[in-house]
Amino acid sequence: MNISRLKKFTLATLLAATFFTAQAALKVGDRFPDLNGFKLEGKLPDALKGKIVIVDFWASWCQPCKESFPAMNDLQKQYGDQGLVIIAVNEDEEKSDMQDFLKANTAAFTVVRDAKQQLVAVAGIQTMPSSFILDDTGKVRFTHTGFHGTETRKEYGQQIEALLKK
Amino acid sequence: MRLKQIVLLTALAVAVGSLTGCDTVKPWQRKTLADYTMRGDRDPIGESIADHIFFSREMASGGKGVGGGGCGCN
Repeated sequence: MNISRLKKFTLATLLAATFFTAQAALKVGDRFPDLNGFKLEGKLPDALKGKIVIVDFWASWCQPCKESFPAMNDLQKQYGDQGLVIIAVNEDEEKSDMQDFLKANTAAFTVVRDAKQQLVAVAGIQTMPSSFILDDTGKVRFTHTGFHGTETRKEYGQQIEALLKK
Repeated sequence: MRLKQIVLLTALAVAVGSLTGCDTVKPWQRKTLADYTMRGDRDPIGESIADHIFFSREMASGGKGVGGGGCGCN
């Protein structure tokens, strides 16, 4: 075989392999994918247009996720009337893990399950929990990785208020 | 010659493809790694005994391990 053709072929294959293995995370300014396209288990809110949405990825085995639940309940209570919708996307491989967790931890917001773990892959999550705050047009305006107690809670509040003012 | 090329190309594609066959555990698949039993520091008495052995045998103390389990949370 011609050496230059072999080189081109190898390069193309390597580039293709890199493309398929590297999944870039969603970043600020990106449009968040349509949640209806991922066959999530559970009922999504009817209309998200015009709402400020927090999409939070969590799992039952993740301690900081557990710590974030009271803060999320608090945020939903405080800003729900003003148009905040929190959608917590569960990533447990076993549904019973999620159910057991929810029995012990109250969630006053929407919880859906990404059973096929497709949405989390598209979002390119690197840390659990991770969340995205979307503006009323569905664009990512803020991202959070991990949950660091009152510090994160305060940031959420400031960012939601900034979006609600617009 | 044509057959040789096809065989070579296929072998190369398989070889390169298998390189990407090694996969890492995704951040959302770390349930087992996040388990308490996966923590290196879950047994304080065992830790101190091991430390004592290292110190006695190797004059080495501390500087090992990191906090937390393998869940990569936060």
